Amino acid sequence: MSTSGNSIIGAPIQRIEGSLKVTGAARYAVDHPMDNIAFGVPVASTVGNARIARIDTSIAQRMPGVLTIIHHGNTDQLFRPAGQLEQSSRAGEVRPPFEDDKVYYYGQYVAVVVANTFEQAQDAAAKVKVQYETQPNVVEIADAPPPQGPPRIHYARGNADPAFESAPVKIDETYVLPPETHNPMEMHATIAKWEGEKVILYESSQGVVNHQHVLSEMLGIPVDQVQVLSPFCGSGFGGKLFPWPHSLVAAMAAKRVNRPVKFVVPRALMFTAVGHRPLTQQRMRIGATQDGKLLSIHHDVFQPTSMVDTYVEAATGVTTMLYSCENLTANQTLVPMNIGTPTPMRGPGIVPGLFPLESAMDELAIKLNLDPLELRLKNYAEQDESFSPVRPFSSKHLRECYQIGAEKFGWSKRTPQVGSMKSGDEILGWGMATATWHASRGSATVRVRLNADGTARATCATQDIGTGTYTIFAQVVSEKTGIPIDKIEVVLGDSSLPDGPTSGGSTVTATILPAVSAATNGAIDRVIAAAQTMPSSPFKRAGAGGDPPKLIMTAGRIHVADQPPESGIPFQEVLAQHRLAALEMESRTAPDPTTSRQFSGHSFGAQFIEVAWDPGIARMRVSRALTVIDAGKIINHRTGRNQILGAVVMGIGMALFEETIYDKRNAKPLNNNFADYIVSTNADIPDLDCIFVEYPDLHLNEYGARGIGEIGLAGIASAVTMAVYHATGVRVRKLPVRIEDLIAGQQMTA
Amino acid sequence: MQVFRYSQARTVDGAVENVARSGGAFIAGGTTLVDLMKLNVLQPTSVVDINGLPLDRIETLPGGGLRIGALVRNSDLAWNDTVRQQYAVLSEALLSGASPQLRNMATTGGNLLQKTRCYYFRDTNYACNKRQPGSGCAALDGFNRIHAVLGGSEHCVATHPSDMAVAMMALEATVHTQGPKGERAITLDDFYLVPGSTPDRENVLVPGELITHVTLPALPSGTRSVYLKLRDRQQYEFALASSAIVVNVNGGSIQRARIAFGGVGTKPWRSREAEKALEGQPASPETFRRAADAAMASAKPLKYNAFKIELAKRALIRNLEQTTQAA
Repeated sequence: MSTSGNSIIGAPIQRIEGSLKVTGAARYAVDHPMDNIAFGVPVASTVGNARIARIDTSIAQRMPGVLTIIHHGNTDQLFRPAGQLEQSSRAGEVRPPFEDDKVYYYGQYVAVVVANTFEQAQDAAAKVKVQYETQPNVVEIADAPPPQGPPRIHYARGNADPAFESAPVKIDETYVLPPETHNPMEMHATIAKWEGEKVILYESSQGVVNHQHVLSEMLGIPVDQVQVLSPFCGSGFGGKLFPWPHSLVAAMAAKRVNRPVKFVVPRALMFTAVGHRPLTQQRMRIGATQDGKLLSIHHDVFQPTSMVDTYVEAATGVTTMLYSCENLTANQTLVPMNIGTPTPMRGPGIVPGLFPLESAMDELAIKLNLDPLELRLKNYAEQDESFSPVRPFSSKHLRECYQIGAEKFGWSKRTPQVGSMKSGDEILGWGMATATWHASRGSATVRVRLNADGTARATCATQDIGTGTYTIFAQVVSEKTGIPIDKIEVVLGDSSLPDGPTSGGSTVTATILPAVSAATNGAIDRVIAAAQTMPSSPFKRAGAGGDPPKLIMTAGRIHVADQPPESGIPFQEVLAQHRLAALEMESRTAPDPTTSRQFSGHSFGAQFIEVAWDPGIARMRVSRALTVIDAGKIINHRTGRNQILGAVVMGIGMALFEETIYDKRNAKPLNNNFADYIVSTNADIPDLDCIFVEYPDLHLNEYGARGIGEIGLAGIASAVTMAVYHATGVRVRKLPVRIEDLIAGQQMTA
Repeated sequence: MQVFRYSQARTVDGAVENVARSGGAFIAGGTTLVDLMKLNVLQPTSVVDINGLPLDRIETLPGGGLRIGALVRNSDLAWNDTVRQQYAVLSEALLSGASPQLRNMATTGGNLLQKTRCYYFRDTNYACNKRQPGSGCAALDGFNRIHAVLGGSEHCVATHPSDMAVAMMALEATVHTQGPKGERAITLDDFYLVPGSTPDRENVLVPGELITHVTLPALPSGTRSVYLKLRDRQQYEFALASSAIVVNVNGGSIQRARIAFGGVGTKPWRSREAEKALEGQPASPETFRRAADAAMASAKPLKYNAFKIELAKRALIRNLEQTTQAA
């Protein structure tokens, strides 16, 4: 635990970069001013499966301002990424742009026009004529050839088949989650600028180090000749974890025209060329005793991937650990299709996997006439049974989440009969679900510098994607040194800084805290050493036993440990006496492999949803949402709460609105814009509440903090569909819940 | 977007003359035109900016009624006191449309001419008889959840997207224009055309003809009006089904009813069938159901949009329930 007890850890500190953002001074990828910049505009495929027979650029080439048009016929050589052969090397799509004359999905780049202005490039791009030899598209599982070979993921414990066969109570249902598109506000974008043999890339990235490595590999140049900058990111939701083809297109184009090139992925292509959450078709079979003890679970997943990449949406993982169940089998099968490569989207694997599991648990509870919360408690996993031998959880307080949530929500007042709860003319439905996310950390290097002007600076090649990472760096430095937050500069989002983690999987907080802590302590130690050796040191008086007194740093002052800070001197005086500009320390920290093998690390939560159903006009709204989270120590209650509530908003959208709809005829995502791809608006969101159950998970790091970027989304969709069932009697197993499903359900029961 | 000439009109005469001669497009708020120009769906060679014309006033007419200039912004019209008090259905319809930013730009004339949100109209790679006559209709065997169940043809099933126009239909608005051949007044119902075999012709305007204003008749005292829009989410989405009604009830009996629907028709859909089923009848659930059934009797569902028929009925019934309750 932190020794000082300084309340800055956990405090609801405002984002330190907040004023830059609200005043528009924060520079996002394409905001960086650049002399002599040129603009790249893509020509994207309008078919899903084809060979390019001919590209006619004759008209476009001669249009005003056009500098070059690059396509497969005249591309410079690019390479494939090393992937698992290297560390930090994962591309969104392994196929370099323009690699050959094949079109694998609608919205694939087939050419790029580079011109003096954006308007000229766009004008010319519309005049590039592409002839295709088309083949039939596959965008639905039913149209794909049956998958061959063993499943991509297979897990088994016990003997699930006979256990299910002989189970007195059975659930066997199939659930479908549609493809979803990330759609961050800031579109993917790159400015590429060459300085001699070195390329500088201004990106909107969740991982500047990985981006640097992948671009080095795919451009075929040494890693030290690539610099990636992403000081701000207008959200990523997973879509910006790995580099996508536009970054390479910009780099290649900039080299060819010998000018900086700006390339913004248009919103329509945000649905094709930069990843999405793939559809999952998930069959869930559960066998149980009459009193609700799970006897067996089968979880079988079919999931599309692209023709060029193997992306696995690891939906079955959560099923293997969430409940206690002796007999369990899980299989995942991939189905290649004419779609862009899927990629992690907030809560990958677990979010789609929890929907069928938690829905099936609710269906089981109804069948057994048990309270859904009671059913979950009956099957509470005291240990992580997915491992053999089973592992204890590093810290699990899910029972308390259920209890607090149920109390606060008023769960005991729930009457289970469909349509039995009313508020005015509306019918209320209540649902609840378990949430979880795995807790892990990686390695990071952080540099902390204590300056002679009394300020501090922390640097790391991680990035803040809007979550509050900048601020927690400053909080730790402030906690250790006592330097006020507003005198601490944090520099992130630059691959030339000491290696930092990718912002994914809710791991950054747990990863960087130990490194910031170690670097800050190291820098403090150096200042203390300087204090002991400076010419007029007030600390030369020998302490007990003749040793020099133990010095510490508090409130920005170096002082004797058992004396108040006021007895010491400001640290900048120490530096001044030595005529030093600063003292600094770089520290690298990594997880202890023994601990991570001993324990299973997971965050947990309970989510409660109320819907209000107006049957007369078939209107369904979420009217209350309560989330209780066990994610260890919360470092910043303002940004932490914001993470959870933002995820709940996304979950409501996932439950009620979001679906990327492909046209079978040409593989186009039809609703490829913000008007037709429906996400939650403010008017759809009620007051939300979030409670943290704070038990520090000290196996993970000294503060006991786990990441919280994903878990708030985990249980929402299943809690909403349970509430919808409770209100209407309609069980929606294919998201999103649509008006037509509810009307059809009413007409059936009428 | 393609290169175009841009000019600003100083007078209505000048604007009309310019567009009649150039075959160009008027631009006011630009919320439809610029959007579709970016998609290369509309490619006018010349754009005449009419924002400087003196058509931005809302005036009460002598003898009652309201005159609304074609350039009155949607937000100004929605928040106008007279509109809120006397034509509530219009204010509610306007505020249910688009977003505040769009409503601040969008104008009365432009809103009447708003183009459909049909996915296939908006993408030049698809067959679309409205965009390119004779090319076919990709919506018929496409994803037609948002398409029309009333007024469609084998050539087009695109919905008219406006909320404002639905309210104006129930208010029996008249469109006033000035064209190369002078001024004319057209009832809103006659202003719009159903697609038939010429879905590219959405209204009776001739090239160069400019909407100058819209008039609303005075309503009998005691009139109540309301707009209800049903859709997947609560804001910033076009209607799946909407209902505008203007009714007078006396002693539990419906004296007068004007009924229009949005989101279900190829034009803002006035239902005289529903009006007939209501007028002179007691304000009862049976009457409401009969009117709703009458309104949708001729509806033809497509593969994905059959639910719109039921949804539209419910919107009407809810509106009738609310407006016919004793105050």
